[in-house]
Amino acid sequence: MAKRSAPEVNAGSMADIAFLLLIFFLVTTTIETDSGLNRKLPPIDDTEQEDVIIKEKNIFQLNVNKSNQLFLKTGGEEKIIQIKDLRKAAVAFLDNGGGTGPDACKRCQGKKNPRSSDNFDKAIISLQNDRATKYDTYIAVQNEIIAAYNELRDREFEKSFPNLRMSFVEAEKRYSDPRTSSEEKAKLKDKLEEIKILIPQKFSEAEPKKSN
Amino acid sequence: MSKFNKKKSGDMPAVNTASLPDIVFMLLFFFMVATVMRQNTLMIENKLPQADQVEKLDKKDLVMYIYAGKPSSNYKSTFGTEARIQLNDKFAEVSEIPAFIAAERASKREELIPFLTTALKVDSDANMGLVTDIKQELRKVNALKINYTTRKGNALDGLKN
Repeated sequence: MAKRSAPEVNAGSMADIAFLLLIFFLVTTTIETDSGLNRKLPPIDDTEQEDVIIKEKNIFQLNVNKSNQLFLKTGGEEKIIQIKDLRKAAVAFLDNGGGTGPDACKRCQGKKNPRSSDNFDKAIISLQNDRATKYDTYIAVQNEIIAAYNELRDREFEKSFPNLRMSFVEAEKRYSDPRTSSEEKAKLKDKLEEIKILIPQKFSEAEPKKSN
Repeated sequence: MSKFNKKKSGDMPAVNTASLPDIVFMLLFFFMVATVMRQNTLMIENKLPQADQVEKLDKKDLVMYIYAGKPSSNYKSTFGTEARIQLNDKFAEVSEIPAFIAAERASKREELIPFLTTALKVDSDANMGLVTDIKQELRKVNALKINYTTRKGNALDGLKN
């Protein structure tokens, strides 16, 4: 018998197979990450709590009813408000700076209405919703409240650290970006903390009412 | 002189495709590595609401997902049209959330547990009663970091009143 060399395997279809796999992974890939509104829930505390007295003028009370209407009660007034006007109203409330003496607010630029909030630290936004409120309305309200806080924080951040040339939101994004170097993170951390202490998010959610 | 124009047939030489599989394999490996398969098959409608003050939810391994919404059309006959919760691959009751959280926590390294975030992927048509119940259960098991997962967009556009 003549010695035969081993026959060559035909690799012509290899590209086809690889393409098939490639297309499968192309289709199943999701590169983008989820994003959303980060919130923190209050822990359940069973111990008896002393009632803290909060002046009514320092509360910005929002109530969303079952037909998704928004009621605002603040400074002794009660009215229906559209969600698109909420951000402006919340900023006006937080930035009011109506306090005097030890409660005076140096950095507030609002109207200093004595019937509205004293300073950033005292101002509380409270939200109550009905069990039948639609989730998208609730998210829109949450979004506007966060937007109001972010607007003020941006302003104060840029005023405090003008040489950084970025807003609070951008700085926070950079801080949480894993690609940012640890030195820059350390630098940003203190600045972010300072603004967070200056303008704390005092946002309370009451348990919803049942409606029938 | 004739050394250079020895071969002068008019045909175009065929492009060598021998390296094509290599290129394709390279792409293939990239996508294989970058792929995150969808963990759960959704049995509910899940049209997320829109918001623009969003923060990114990095580190997918530190996120627990709770889905909620109306059962999708295949499941309407068995599960009705009321919004429900989906944990992993099946419908669940609100009371099953603590067990789910405990199971998720047990699967993670201990030092990572404080960083776990619960992502609430709730359909925009769901009502707040369900969301509030979920939040109450989460408070009971001390899973306080939550994220309302949304799509990027103007929050006001998404509202249909």
